[in-house]
Amino acid sequence: MSLNVSNLTVHHGAICAVNQVSLAVPTGTLAAIIGANGAGKTTLLRALSGLNKPTSGVVNWMGQTITAEKPEKLVRMGISHVSEGKSVIPELTVRENLELGAIWRKDGKEMKESLDQVVTIFPRLGERITQRSDTLSGGERQMLAIGRAIMSKPKLLLLDEPSLGLAPLVVEQIFQTIRDLTTQMRLTVVLVEQNAMGALKIADLGIVLNLGKVVAVDHAQVLIQDPAVRAAYLGY
Amino acid sequence: MQLLNTLLIGITAGSIYSLMAIAFVLVWRSTRVVNFAQAGMALLSTYFGYEAVSRLGSFWIALPVAMIGGALFAALVELVLMRLLVKHASSGPIAGVAPIIATLGLLGVIRSVISMIWGGQDLRIVAPISNNGFTINGSTLVFSPLKLLVLVVVVVLLILLSILFQKTNLGLALRASAHAPEIARLSGVRVDSVRTLGWALAGAAGAVAGLFQTVNGNGNFSPDSIDFSLLLVSGFIAAVIGGLDSLLGAVLGGLFLGISISFVLMYISSGLFFIAPFVILLIVLFVRPQGIIGVKAGRRA
Amino acid sequence: MHKSKKQSTHLPLFILGGIVLVILSGIVDELRVYQGATIAVYVIAISSIILLTGYSGQVSLGHGALMAVGAYAAAVLRAEFNVPIILCFIAAVLAAAVGGTLLGAAAARLSGPYLAGTTLALAIGLPSLANQFPILGGEQGLAFDVGFPPLALGEDFTQYKWYFWIAALAALISMWSVRNILNSAYGRSWRAGRGNEVAAQLAGINTARSKVLAFTISAGIAGLAGALLAMTIGTVSPSAFPLALSFSLLTGAVLSGISTLGGVIIGSVVLVAIPEIADVVAHRLGSSESVTTNLPGLIVSGLLILTVLFVPNGPVEQHRARKAKHEAAHNSTKK
Ligand SMILES: Nc1ncnc2c1ncn2[C@@H]1O[C@H](COP(=O)(O)OP(=O)(O)OP(=O)(O)O)[C@@H](O)[C@H]1O
Ligand SMILES: [Mg+2]
Repeated sequence: MSLNVSNLTVHHGAICAVNQVSLAVPTGTLAAIIGANGAGKTTLLRALSGLNKPTSGVVNWMGQTITAEKPEKLVRMGISHVSEGKSVIPELTVRENLELGAIWRKDGKEMKESLDQVVTIFPRLGERITQRSDTLSGGERQMLAIGRAIMSKPKLLLLDEPSLGLAPLVVEQIFQTIRDLTTQMRLTVVLVEQNAMGALKIADLGIVLNLGKVVAVDHAQVLIQDPAVRAAYLGY
Repeated sequence: MQLLNTLLIGITAGSIYSLMAIAFVLVWRSTRVVNFAQAGMALLSTYFGYEAVSRLGSFWIALPVAMIGGALFAALVELVLMRLLVKHASSGPIAGVAPIIATLGLLGVIRSVISMIWGGQDLRIVAPISNNGFTINGSTLVFSPLKLLVLVVVVVLLILLSILFQKTNLGLALRASAHAPEIARLSGVRVDSVRTLGWALAGAAGAVAGLFQTVNGNGNFSPDSIDFSLLLVSGFIAAVIGGLDSLLGAVLGGLFLGISISFVLMYISSGLFFIAPFVILLIVLFVRPQGIIGVKAGRRA
Repeated sequence: MHKSKKQSTHLPLFILGGIVLVILSGIVDELRVYQGATIAVYVIAISSIILLTGYSGQVSLGHGALMAVGAYAAAVLRAEFNVPIILCFIAAVLAAAVGGTLLGAAAARLSGPYLAGTTLALAIGLPSLANQFPILGGEQGLAFDVGFPPLALGEDFTQYKWYFWIAALAALISMWSVRNILNSAYGRSWRAGRGNEVAAQLAGINTARSKVLAFTISAGIAGLAGALLAMTIGTVSPSAFPLALSFSLLTGAVLSGISTLGGVIIGSVVLVAIPEIADVVAHRLGSSESVTTNLPGLIVSGLLILTVLFVPNGPVEQHRARKAKHEAAHNSTKK
C-alpha cells in the first residue's frame, strides 16, 4: 500500500468536514473519490497535501508518517496537488507556471526534460508556451495545472475536480490523459470528482464520501453497477 | 534650458522615489502590508552607511554596507513583528488596521532608538562627487555629476532587480508567492522564507533611497529630518500611482511624481513643497483610482 | 428592561462625573490640574479616533492636521476679530468638520492602507501651509488667549484651573455626544459597514455616505480638541501639531481599546503619564540626556506595538472576552 489514511478527522472551526476517514490506495492505482457538494472531498485532499491541518488521525505515504507535514515538504516527497478551480497563476506565462512546478529541483537539466515531457503530453501548451496564462481557455488551464504538477515528478497525484466547468468533449480528453498518465508513469492518483460517472469509468478504485464519512469503497467497476450509488450519484 | 533643468531634477528625485516605491511594493506583495516604517528603516540604513563612511572613508563601501544592514534589519522585522502580528492580531475590530498601527509603532521605535544612539543633531555624509551643475555653453545646469551618478546607480539597480525577478528561479518564487501563495507552496516554494526575502530586498532598496536622498540634498540628516518623512510620503504615493502591486508601476509612479513635483515647485510656487505630493495623490486617486498599471482588486483591498 | 437602558442617554451619570471633577480640581495641586486639562483634551481627541477607526473602520493619521485646522480657526477669530471664546470653540468644530468632510469624501473611495497613507500625506503637508498665509503667523504661530477666569469664581481661582474647567466641560459634553451618536442608528450603520460592506449595502445602508458622516463628526471633535490644546499651550503653531501627535492619538486609541469608548480615559491618562514615567525611569538609570529626551517617544511607540500584538482589541474588550470565556467554561462544567 502506498497511501494509507486512518481515522483522519479535519475541522473548519466548529465544522467537522472530514470525519474518521480511513482509506488505502495501492501504488499505481487510480482512486476516484465521489460525493455530493460539501461532502468533504476538497478538505480531505487538502489534508493529504498539507494545506489543511487534521484534528486527528494518521496519513502514511510509502511507509512514512506525513500527517500535518507542510505542502512544500510533501512535494519533495513526491506528492503533487492540483487544487480546486484552475490551479494556475494568471500573472505568469505558461512556461513560468510549468517551471514553478520544478522549482525545488535545483537541476536545470531535469527541469528541461520535464518541460519536454509535459509539452509532449499537452502539445497545446507547447504552442502557447510564452503566452500569459490568463489568455488560455478553461481546458488549456486545466492542462497547465496538471502539467505543473507533473513538472514536480510526482509519485502521488492529487487532483481536485479537473473537469470543473469544462465542455464534455474536453472533460473526456482530460480524463483519458489522467488514465494514461497513471499507467505510463506508474503514478498513484487520487481523483476527486463531481462527475462521478466519468471518474469511475477511468478509475480502479471508487470511494464514496458523504457528510465527511466514507460510505462505500469498492472496485470502480463494481461501484458503477451498485444500485444505491447509481441512484445517489449517477442519476439513474 | 529651464525646462530641461526642471525635467532632469524631477527625474533624479523621481528615481529615488522609485526605489522607495519599490520597497513599498516588495513588502506589499510579500505580506499585503503597507510598511509605514519603511522610512525609518531607510533612515537606520543611512546611519549604518554613515558609520561605514566615517570608519572606512569611502561612500562606495558605505552603500553596500547600508544595503546589507537595511536588508538584515527588514528581514528581522518580518521574522519577529510580522509573524507575531499574523498570530495575535488577525481578528476583531483591530484586524484591518493592526498592520498599519504596528508599522507606525515601529517607525516611532526606530526614530527614538536612533536618537538615543546617535543623538538628535544633524550628521553629514559627503557626496562622493561634486554636486555643482554641469556647464553647457556657459550656462550652468542644476543637473550635476552627483545627480547623474544617482540616476545611473538607480537605473543599474533597477536592471539588476528586473533580472532577478524575470530571469531567476528566486524571482519566479517571489512572483508566485506574491500572486498565489497556495499554489507556490504546492509547487514546493518555501513561501515563509520568500516573504522574509521580499522584506530584505525592500530593506536594501530603502537603504539606497535613504543614502541618495541624503546626498542628493545637502548631505545632512537627523532622526527628525523632514527629508525622510517626505521620502515616506513620496515613496508611498509613487507606489500607489503605480498600482501598489507592480514593480514597473512603482518606477513609473516615482518618475511621474518626481517630475510633477519639480514642475509645481518651479512654475507655481516653491512653498508648495510639502503639500504638493498630497494634492497629486488626491488627483491621481480621483482620476485614475486603479493606478497607472491597472490593478483589478482596486483600492479597497 | 434591557431596552430602556439602551435608550437612556446616561445624562445623570455625566453630570455626576462633572461634579466629581469640579471637586477634584479643588483638592489637587496646580501641576495635576494642568495635567487634568491635558487629559481632558486627549479624551476628546482620542474619542474622535475611536469613533472613526473603531466604529466606522477608517484609519486616519491626519487627525493632528484636523486638530490644527480647529485650533487655527479659533485662534484667528480670537486674535483678529476678538470673537467670544465660546464661539471660537464652535468655529473650531465647524472648520475642522468641513475639512473632515472633504477628506472623508476622498476617503470613502479608499480603504485600509490607502486611506492611512493619504491622511499621512496630509498630516505632513498641511501644517507647512501655515507659512503660506501671513494671517496664520508662520513658524511662530498665533497667540490664543481665552482670557482670565471670571471674577465670580473667586480671586484665587487660578488660570490652570480655568483651563481645566473648560476642557473638562468640553470633554464631558463631547463624550456624552459621542456615546449617544454611537448608540444611534448612525453608530449601528457604521458597525454594520465595518463588519461587511457588501452586506451593509444589501441591508440598505449607504455605506459611502455613512463613512463620510463619520469623518465629518470625528473631524469636528478633533477640531475642538485642537482648539483646547491651543488654549492650554497659549499659542497655535505648526510645531504644536507634529506627525507625532497623530501617532500619539492612535496609540491612545489603541491603548483604550479601539472600539471601546469607555476605555478612552485609560489611553488619555497613559499618554499624559508617559513623559513623567519616562523621567523617573531615566533618572533611576542615570541615563544620558539623549536617552532621557527620547524615552517618552520610545515608550509610546513600544506600547503601540505591544498593545497591538498582545492586547489587540484593548484592555476592556480583553477583560470582557476573558470573563465571557470563563463564564462559558463555568456554565459547561455546571451542566
Ligand atoms: N475554509 C472553510 N471554512 C469553513 N468551512 C469550510 C471551509 N472549507 C470547507 N468548509 C466546509 O466543510 C465542508 C466540506 O467542504 P469541502 O469543500 O471539503 O466539500 P467538497 O466535497 O469539496 O464540496 P464540492 O463538491 O462542492 O467542492 C462543507 O460543509 C464546507 O462548508
Ligand atoms: Mg470541493
